[in-house]
Amino acid sequence: MSATLRIAGIGAWTQGASDWPALRGALRGEHGLAVDAPAKPAANILPAAERRRAPDGVRLAAEVATQACAMAGCDPAALPCVFASAFGELAITDYVCETLARAPLELSPTKFHNSVLNAPAGYWTIATGCMAASSAVTAHHCSFAAGLLEALALAAADDTPVLFACCDVASTGPLAEMTHTSLAFGVALVLSPTATGGARLRWSQRAGGAGALLPVVMALRAVAGDNPANAHALALLAAVAGSHPAALRLPLSSGLTLDMEITP
Amino acid sequence: MPARIEPLAITAYSATSALGRGLAAHIDALDAGRGGLGANDFSSAHLDCRIGRVAGVEDATLPATLARWDCRNNRLAWLGLQQDSLLDAIARAVAEHGAARVALVLGTSTASIGSTEDAYRRLDHGRFPADLQRPEIHTPHSLTAFVADAAGITGPALTVSTACSSSAKVFASAERLIRLGLADAALVGGVDTLCDSVLFGFNALELVSGQACRPFDVRRDGISIGEAAAFALLERADAAPRAPRLLGYGESSDAHHMSTPHPEGRGAQAALDDALARAGIDAGQVDYINLHGTATVKNDEVEATLLPRFPQRTRASSTKGFTGHALGAAGALEAVFTLLAIEHGIVPPNLGCDDPMPEAAPWLALQPARQRIDVALSNSFGFGGNNACLAFGRGDAA
Repeated sequence: MSATLRIAGIGAWTQGASDWPALRGALRGEHGLAVDAPAKPAANILPAAERRRAPDGVRLAAEVATQACAMAGCDPAALPCVFASAFGELAITDYVCETLARAPLELSPTKFHNSVLNAPAGYWTIATGCMAASSAVTAHHCSFAAGLLEALALAAADDTPVLFACCDVASTGPLAEMTHTSLAFGVALVLSPTATGGARLRWSQRAGGAGALLPVVMALRAVAGDNPANAHALALLAAVAGSHPAALRLPLSSGLTLDMEITP
Repeated sequence: MPARIEPLAITAYSATSALGRGLAAHIDALDAGRGGLGANDFSSAHLDCRIGRVAGVEDATLPATLARWDCRNNRLAWLGLQQDSLLDAIARAVAEHGAARVALVLGTSTASIGSTEDAYRRLDHGRFPADLQRPEIHTPHSLTAFVADAAGITGPALTVSTACSSSAKVFASAERLIRLGLADAALVGGVDTLCDSVLFGFNALELVSGQACRPFDVRRDGISIGEAAAFALLERADAAPRAPRLLGYGESSDAHHMSTPHPEGRGAQAALDDALARAGIDAGQVDYINLHGTATVKNDEVEATLLPRFPQRTRASSTKGFTGHALGAAGALEAVFTLLAIEHGIVPPNLGCDDPMPEAAPWLALQPARQRIDVALSNSFGFGGNNACLAFGRGDAA
């Protein structure tokens, strides 16, 4: 099957580009990444007390999701949402494993409940009053495309706008050698079967290996880091930031790709 | 409310838990009212509680071709896949539809984090020990990537990780993929294994009981943690006219709190409404409900507020007294109990409840019983206020 919808809203955050207009300008080569950029996402939608306790992945997801909903003019409370991540809260995983190895009975209850992969979905739905379906999904290097397919399928199957976010934070501690993620990067998209504005996205699924990604300007290679989920998200964003229609193939699994045609 | 969906056939299913390997072990335990919880002999420091441990996971070995996936969670997944001719059913679906037309959607809360914990206990000059320097087993997708490899599935592959609702939501994801023509079959399920993270994590939250858990008992005081692997193969209904059906599902969020449910059960009610609407049934038609029933004070109190929507002939029970709370595998494990109820006419008793909460008592099935069950529901709720409700029915009555 193939289906068409609009990307009605986009949110993005990485060190040096704290929203979509900033990242879009960098993707177009109009300017570089900001040198005096904030070190953490603002995540102002979270109540102050929650924002202080929230782990980095939650702040990142809340920030990009807020941006995407604002751009789409959508009430977040009404949107089903899918949050994807290749690794989840890496700093918390490091804390949990380090504490369990040293003094298991000292494990912090708050850090434990923040360690679940659906912490971003939980904080987001609580902050926005969203009672629609929320999910948290992962597919290692294919997390962006596989999570996007989950969101696209939800939008198509129930004919509803869906919020999709894919976020990963930098890893710390001994685990870093296994995950190779060095920089926080988050993207959120409001995918709408009914909106009339925004980039048009036509998608289908095809058996076979993935094709080459769109060239992303050199300055942003560092943003992609070694985390393919980020690189795949950047490839889609580069297509949206471009001035011409572009085709994109992203790996969904070992034998399948997500084919997309993006008309900015 | 969502539109009614076309039911899907469940052409194969199985579970492996503290009750044993495969469906026969589960039927025997339900009929006898015999649970599988035992004294905690798992955690790396002493924790005085009962656990639902699968016997023999340590001795299970993966075939040499799959050795790179070795870890406790993937061993349990492999044990689970070998029961009830599940691998044969998957091979048949792959041959019939093509490997890329079979989707794989699995739920887990911790995947193989037990191996990451182990690596931290055995750090070698600050680095993971050589035998655990396998990046793929230190990701939350480890389980699904392993099963895709082991079962020869190359279709869409996704891990759902929404804590304790994870492997209920996989049925919803799979239904969408099949409805949209993105797959012709889907293997769904969940696997979670005992590990220090969950034992000490739930202990830190003061949610672990010192005894075997007592869902819906007035003196319930917390959960017993268990482990399990459970799978189901979904295909279009015409593939198997007599197979039990997935009739519907509902998903919702509480929008309330990270680790306690909405006090009036608003999210749980919304998931139930959604599931009934997609199934095209009303609460009066429901013969049995497998309740989430964790045995914490608050969770069971909130879930009991759903029961007055059902006639008092509707039987309801939590099966966590048998297996413990299998966390990310709970949704799939309890879906299997629900399917057994339909296919074998078994009403699973609510083991561990001697003095039922008055709010739940009229519906609770306390003793093993056999009766015809045409339509049944399974509830699953997770941290972050994440709710799912599944509706199943008899093939020949749907």
